Amino acid sequence: MSDTITFSLDGTTVTAHPGESIWQVARRTGTHIPHLCHTEMQDYAADGNCRLCMVEIEGERTLAASCIRQPTPDMVVHSASRRAEASRRTVLELLVADQPEEPRAHTTTSELWHWAREMDLGDSRFPRRASQPGPDLSHPAMAVNLDACIHCNRCQRACRDIQVNDVIAMAGRGPHSKIVFDFDDPMGESTCVACGECVQSCPTGALMEKSLVDDAGIGRSVPSRQVDSVCPYCGVGCQITYQVENDRIVAVKGKEGPANHGRLCVKGRFGFDYISDPQRLTRPLIRLDDAPRGADEWVDPANPFSHFREADWDEALEVAISGLAAIRDRHGGSALAGFGSAKGSNEEAYLFQKLVRTGFGSNNVDHCTRLCHASSVAALLQTIGSGAVTAPFTEALKADCIVVIGANPTENHPVAATFFKNAAKRGTSLVVMDPRGQTLRQHATHMVQFRPGADVAVLNAIMHVIVEEGLYDTSYIETMTEGFEDLRDHLAAYSPESMEPVTGVDAETLRDVARAYACAERAMIFWGMGISQHVHGTDNARCLISLALMTGHTGREGTGLHPLRGQNNVQGASDAGLIPMSYPDYAPVADEDVRQRFSTIWETELSADPGLTVVEIMDAVHDGTMKGMYIMGENPAMSDPDVHHARAALAKLDHLVVQDLFLTETAMYAHVVLPASAWPEKDGTVTNTNRQVQRGRKAVSLPGEARQDWAIIQAIARGLGLDWRYGDVGEVYEEMRRTMPSIAGISWRRVSAEDAVIYPCESEADPGQEIVFADAFPTPSGRGSMVPASIVPPDEPPDESFPMILTTGRQLEHWHTGAMTRRATVLDSLEPEAVAMMAPGDMANLHLAPGDDVRIQTRRGVIEARVRVDSGLQPGMVFVPFCYVEAAANLLTNPALDPVGKIPEFKFCAARVERARHGVR
Amino acid sequence: MDRSGTAFRSPGARKRRSRATARGRQTDPQAAIEIAALLGDAPPRRELLIEYLHLIQDRYRHISHRHLKALADALTIPMAEAFEVATFYHHFDVVREGEPPPPPITVRVCESLSCAMAGADDLWQALTDTLGSDVRVVKAPCMGRCAEAPAVKAGLNDIDHASVDRVRAAVETGDLEAKVPDCQDLDAYLAEGGYAMLREVLAGKHTPDDLIATMESASLRGLGGAGFPAGRKWRFVRMEAGPRLMAVNADEGEVGTFKDRHYLETEPHRIIEGTLIAAWVVEATDVYFYLRDEYPGIRVALTRELARLADAGLDGAARIHLRRGAGAYICGEESAMIESIEGKRGLPRHRPPFVAKVGIFDRPTLVHNVETLYWVPGILSNGPDWFAGHGRHGRSGLRSFSVSGRVRNPGVKLAPAGITVRELIDEYCNGMADGHRFKGWLPGGASGGVLPASLGDVPLDFDTIQPHGGFIGSAAIVVLSDEDNMSDVAVSLLKFFEDESCGQCTPCRVGCEKAVALMEGGVWNAPLLEDLCQVMADASICGLGQAAPNPILTVLKYFPEDVA
Repeated sequence: MSDTITFSLDGTTVTAHPGESIWQVARRTGTHIPHLCHTEMQDYAADGNCRLCMVEIEGERTLAASCIRQPTPDMVVHSASRRAEASRRTVLELLVADQPEEPRAHTTTSELWHWAREMDLGDSRFPRRASQPGPDLSHPAMAVNLDACIHCNRCQRACRDIQVNDVIAMAGRGPHSKIVFDFDDPMGESTCVACGECVQSCPTGALMEKSLVDDAGIGRSVPSRQVDSVCPYCGVGCQITYQVENDRIVAVKGKEGPANHGRLCVKGRFGFDYISDPQRLTRPLIRLDDAPRGADEWVDPANPFSHFREADWDEALEVAISGLAAIRDRHGGSALAGFGSAKGSNEEAYLFQKLVRTGFGSNNVDHCTRLCHASSVAALLQTIGSGAVTAPFTEALKADCIVVIGANPTENHPVAATFFKNAAKRGTSLVVMDPRGQTLRQHATHMVQFRPGADVAVLNAIMHVIVEEGLYDTSYIETMTEGFEDLRDHLAAYSPESMEPVTGVDAETLRDVARAYACAERAMIFWGMGISQHVHGTDNARCLISLALMTGHTGREGTGLHPLRGQNNVQGASDAGLIPMSYPDYAPVADEDVRQRFSTIWETELSADPGLTVVEIMDAVHDGTMKGMYIMGENPAMSDPDVHHARAALAKLDHLVVQDLFLTETAMYAHVVLPASAWPEKDGTVTNTNRQVQRGRKAVSLPGEARQDWAIIQAIARGLGLDWRYGDVGEVYEEMRRTMPSIAGISWRRVSAEDAVIYPCESEADPGQEIVFADAFPTPSGRGSMVPASIVPPDEPPDESFPMILTTGRQLEHWHTGAMTRRATVLDSLEPEAVAMMAPGDMANLHLAPGDDVRIQTRRGVIEARVRVDSGLQPGMVFVPFCYVEAAANLLTNPALDPVGKIPEFKFCAARVERARHGVR
Repeated sequence: MDRSGTAFRSPGARKRRSRATARGRQTDPQAAIEIAALLGDAPPRRELLIEYLHLIQDRYRHISHRHLKALADALTIPMAEAFEVATFYHHFDVVREGEPPPPPITVRVCESLSCAMAGADDLWQALTDTLGSDVRVVKAPCMGRCAEAPAVKAGLNDIDHASVDRVRAAVETGDLEAKVPDCQDLDAYLAEGGYAMLREVLAGKHTPDDLIATMESASLRGLGGAGFPAGRKWRFVRMEAGPRLMAVNADEGEVGTFKDRHYLETEPHRIIEGTLIAAWVVEATDVYFYLRDEYPGIRVALTRELARLADAGLDGAARIHLRRGAGAYICGEESAMIESIEGKRGLPRHRPPFVAKVGIFDRPTLVHNVETLYWVPGILSNGPDWFAGHGRHGRSGLRSFSVSGRVRNPGVKLAPAGITVRELIDEYCNGMADGHRFKGWLPGGASGGVLPASLGDVPLDFDTIQPHGGFIGSAAIVVLSDEDNMSDVAVSLLKFFEDESCGQCTPCRVGCEKAVALMEGGVWNAPLLEDLCQVMADASICGLGQAAPNPILTVLKYFPEDVA
């Protein structure tokens, strides 16, 4: 590169790349200059405040901090001159003078003590400061001991620049300056979201995981093993490194993966002790013959022996298999169904769908993708021929305009949100569109808070402006798309002004947004379940796709369409064929040639019937045609809409086998419960929202008699007469790879070596394609099509009896139905009980104070929860997270389906809210 | 259909209750209304945070957490950001809920060297003992009234040569408002030919290059202390791509310095004319006039005179924004001042890049000290020799010395550059104060070191003091006598630096604190202090920390008997 320069470092001529600091050049060329405020953690800017990295530059009066100083041509730098070394030594001596000494130290393995040992420092000659700040132990997960703070402000940069949670400040001045949370509030009472980035970045132990110190803040023993893996929670796919001690995970560090750059959120950082919860299943359970099995029958997961007895594996498998075989043999394969899980690995998903297709003999296999992005995938497949994202979310850093619609990423994709916030901080336009005001609004240049369900009206109005003002990309439309003329005509009726009564949004705001998006050089759209979980979810997604196509904002750097996938492996599970209508890599079941190909590979005749989806399977149980199910890691008794319907179906099954970590609400209805493996106990791959296939690794042993999921599936397969002989997960992966051209270049060995490889990836030499469809779409015509969408009203509008709109979703601390996170100590203590969010005005009208108990009723059910004031909500809305079994939001939700994606309308139904009468709980 | 009888129970521990609100502090609706009223109708701007904090402090006499939260909301900034700024500046009293707000009246007693020599400590004690609970008596750093020591501010009212009785009288009679200086107003300045040069410049009668050449011939150097040649600075800033900005540094806070106050109180329009000419030369669209909060009377006068200037249509060269400091010496450091102008904590920036390249809002910025600008109209109208023609002992130009301490007649002394301190005392100050024998002196406030009487014949100018371990800086001469213990002097100066350190870098933040601890014992550990001084001078980010060791090293060198 022509911009490189050369300079002299310790008598040697070295080359510096543009932007490189003296410190970085020194490090690269083999000299590790001491440093504390500077860190090599990804994305951290140098700050130059600790002055431990001073070097001498000829011709300069003072020394220079090498971490923040860039070399200039022919500069002569001495990193080890007497003056520089004396300076560094005295700086460290000044810092060490005030540190808590062993045996009171919070840690002895910190960077500070590392350098003290490295520089052979010994005792400081300086007097210790008169008074030391006391500890702050108010947070459930983190200990704050500022007596060890050296004011390097890494935690502040972590909180403000990296994660942009904006909680930590250096308050006061000079010797009175100190690290504070918000207004010097206790950490546990602050706006801290517990991402733990500060803990990860602290070089002294002033901020530490509580799990690594005792009650007095003194460091316990040091983790003895590190195991690299990937986070088991959301679809972001953060890489992690488990810190293991005595076969227990005692802490988790963010590892620098392509999707997280070393960052984590509260779940990935502190949400792992669920695996050792006392309720963990460690032996198979068989239902007692006389145990009741009604839809409302609750079994205590801590003491299931009211309804179950323990059994050994031989007996449990025998009961499980014989029940499935009997139904298959009596009623045919179509009377059996399987639910796999997006929480499992790709290999498990592959084996599970193969079992259903080859062992049960039907295509009745599905998982919760049906409940999250089925409509998005349907729209994407229809219009651009591929259901996955067109670019990773990290491309947001290169965009000039980011649109986030129907998503609440600071809660649901927290680490992806950090990149959006990073971009916004650098000046990228951030357009947030959602009926709920949300945290990301703080960082937005445009906030469009539209009426619930008005998505199509809003998006059509935006496209109307783009057409009206000629802001579309003519050449892109001509070369890459079809259907523009029809859409243009269709949009004529959707001016933002005429849509105002529908959208509730000022027309000029939509015009601004249209211009911001269309006129940007590079723009990118992100969406979540606010788009997909509607009866018009497919239409919503079609609009977003048309928007990107007419402006040419896809297929280039910093552009694209990105539905933020929910589960850690919802992309991978779908890719692996864990959906009824297609085999791995979306090969359609209904296609004769395809079916023949898989028949050959799997050496079995395969059903041509595309199979049933999640909600359809439950309906079939009620109809009496579905008799038996095998459910692995899925919890429909919590996650289905109108969940009483699902629970009644589960209770009605002749035979139900559940494989899980706990006695979930679904397992409560089971005839056999098989104790399975948690993510940190197994090897395998998962595929995140970015299409990055990532390697998870076993860190700790399985508890008791729990078994690997893949091994359980294989045991059932063998019991059903299939001659499976997989020896390990790698073998499963390699067989799966042979069926999936998209990952042809990602061998087990390669993904194990590289930890993450993005697909499509054709060969071992192919780095994988981050951005797809630059030249053509995988459609028959090679073009992306724009499909006009008309306004379809929500299925159940509010009325006099049910005047409010209920919408559901997730919370930062809890994952999905809460089976894991409510058993994670830190997460449970941060969000311990069922809540419902309401706007302050609505609460006032109902004479409710924050914290009061409310009763929320819909045509399908009623729950009670504690009300939390949320000024971001529009009047007339109530938001209920669906993770709380004691107040299961899905008792209330409307099962009406989007006709294309078959996704239920979780985001909208009519509800009534009143003060609780304390009859429910 | 009512299926409310769910028996399902939480799998969690159920040890705590859930939050009733979003995380953290919530906004008090009443406070939001009060803040909205204070901020007025214009959309709030983030960079005005410090101005808004002043509004709250002035109105409520403190800044409560509820108001601070409401302000953060109004500006859409995190609480952390509002809090770090509010607590950085000493003139903001941030009060947590449940804590009592400060008493309605604050009396600030200057504790810096000249005032300390005049008995400030005893005065502070006496005032603390005698003024009632309605009055808060605090020690404050240099107020720029060293010639009138001891200085006290009762409310905003400066009380010179303060005594317990005079302060009490002011408090009791409610005489607490700032005294507005009787400065030369616009009409008077115009009457003596003021703004003629500016008019010529605006009329295109001079080119920027000509003006720069004149300035370079006059050899006017930056009089804030760094001494960078003014004309060259203009040239450098002009070389950078526009738009460009300018700042006037009226935040003199160096112990013993009060010359800028003198010119601001007497001839503000001369400074403003110099400012507007300089802004024209570098094509600065906006000028930020950063005035220290210790000079409230000047703020009133400047506000009035700037309005008159606008009314007279003379402000066309650039928009002047008067910005108010908030009690932080470090904001006299130009990059810290820029941070403060942007509404942030006053943390000095790393150099390079220099502010001429990357200054206010990251734009190229011309920064000048008040006195430097004061000389601009005269030099440009009268030619370079008008200024450079002065001088003594081979030096050239004029200097405004702030002389205080043990002399009979302290004050601002306009004298030829190169004059010696003995000459200054004898010719300009009417000699030493009665009963005091000349023992030592500070050539440049707290930063310039402590020199002995034996160096009393060294010409005073840029570059002449450095060989002796000090520097002239802002030319704040504090004269010390046989009554003064140099250990005490050094401790006083280091305590000043300790209090005023921004805290950003280790050598300064921890170094000042450890230095004070090591020195307060009376007997100094010279080798350890020398090691410490070395790291402070070598490794501090800005001039504060780099110069802070000067008093220690010079006292060790010239007055070893005082610290043994």
